[in-house]
Amino acid sequence: MSEFILEARDVHRAFGQTQALRGASVAVRRGEILSIMGPSGSGKSTLLHCLAGIYTPNQGEVWFDGTRVDTLGETKRTELRRDAFGFVFQFGQLVPELTALDNVALPLLLAKQPRRQAYAQAAPWLERLGLEEHGDHRSGELSGGQAQRVALARALVHKPRVLFADEPTGALDTLTGETVMNLLVTAAREEGTTVVLVTHDVRVAAYADREVVVRDGRAVTTPSSAVA
Amino acid sequence: MTVPLTLLGLLARGQPTHGYDLKRDYDSHFANGKPLPYGQVYSTLGRLARDGKVVGGEAEPGDGPDRKRYAITDLGRSEVMGWLSQTVEPEPHLQTVLFSKVVLALMLGEDAAGYLDAQRAAHLRRMRELTEIKRTGQTVDALLADYGLFHLEADLRWIELTSARLTALAQVVSDDQKQLGERQ
Repeated sequence: MSEFILEARDVHRAFGQTQALRGASVAVRRGEILSIMGPSGSGKSTLLHCLAGIYTPNQGEVWFDGTRVDTLGETKRTELRRDAFGFVFQFGQLVPELTALDNVALPLLLAKQPRRQAYAQAAPWLERLGLEEHGDHRSGELSGGQAQRVALARALVHKPRVLFADEPTGALDTLTGETVMNLLVTAAREEGTTVVLVTHDVRVAAYADREVVVRDGRAVTTPSSAVA
Repeated sequence: MTVPLTLLGLLARGQPTHGYDLKRDYDSHFANGKPLPYGQVYSTLGRLARDGKVVGGEAEPGDGPDRKRYAITDLGRSEVMGWLSQTVEPEPHLQTVLFSKVVLALMLGEDAAGYLDAQRAAHLRRMRELTEIKRTGQTVDALLADYGLFHLEADLRWIELTSARLTALAQVVSDDQKQLGERQ
């Protein structure tokens, strides 16, 4: 078994005339928290989307735990994202018509888990993230930090192998962002979840074990953070 | 410079205190992982006593290097209060060092971008250590770690901007070198 759970190998991806990735390669160890940094427009979010099987590269390969992801059909990739991956983004992740508890249970319900079982599995996550009093609140009744914690609970409730987080604290103030990052890191460590974290914020990147910097569509692994 | 003033500040709480207890208080609040050596505590207290900022009581019976209790004087208290009311001079020392290294690297044809990448990694490594202290430590540890984190963050923002402007900076350095060569 490879020490790497996730790899992008010489990935290229263009959007029209814009070349977002120009041969990016990155390998993520099992259980590692890796931050992908870089200036705006550098291609870091595109790299995350390619690693997560959301975008298909124009060239290059993406591997997850021995399976080549970029050549899978759409149905298989959707199943992979649903079953093995969790996602936290900066904005607009919660279904506004649903309560916090409904939102957390949603991935389990979509995976055809019985309703009672799904809610029994979802409720402890609200407690774990300090949201036990907000289970029946709709997203409009939650603060930004609370909503992001619900999104984190929803991303982790089905015990994903990899959590992808794209600027997870980008819309939060410093203190709330730290609370969310503390909970994210603690939960990921406890669950053994690998985390790929895209951020332009060095204070957020400092929660990771290692960083790669994306510059001009290529991932730069700095000397002191090189994979041994 | 801050150790004598910090010890004075601890004494300014009121009660005469043994050097041992001062060290313990210093280490728990201000050491940030670097405990104050006993020798430095007693030599500092000796200098403060010499300068009339503290007074040492009679030695008490018992074991240990120093059984005196030290009390702050009016002069010492005045110094602490004056120090607390002064702002700290903004000193961009590190920025100067980083800047000098980048410009010198460009002048010498060395890998300035590589240097900035390595420096970013070194800064992030330290930020990781401080972040872990914040995650696992007490509130005081977190506040001290925050101080370091914000300063490192400022350096890193400078590193990012300089990385983005490296081509322009290289041109400026090259033009300057040419002008210098023509004058010689």
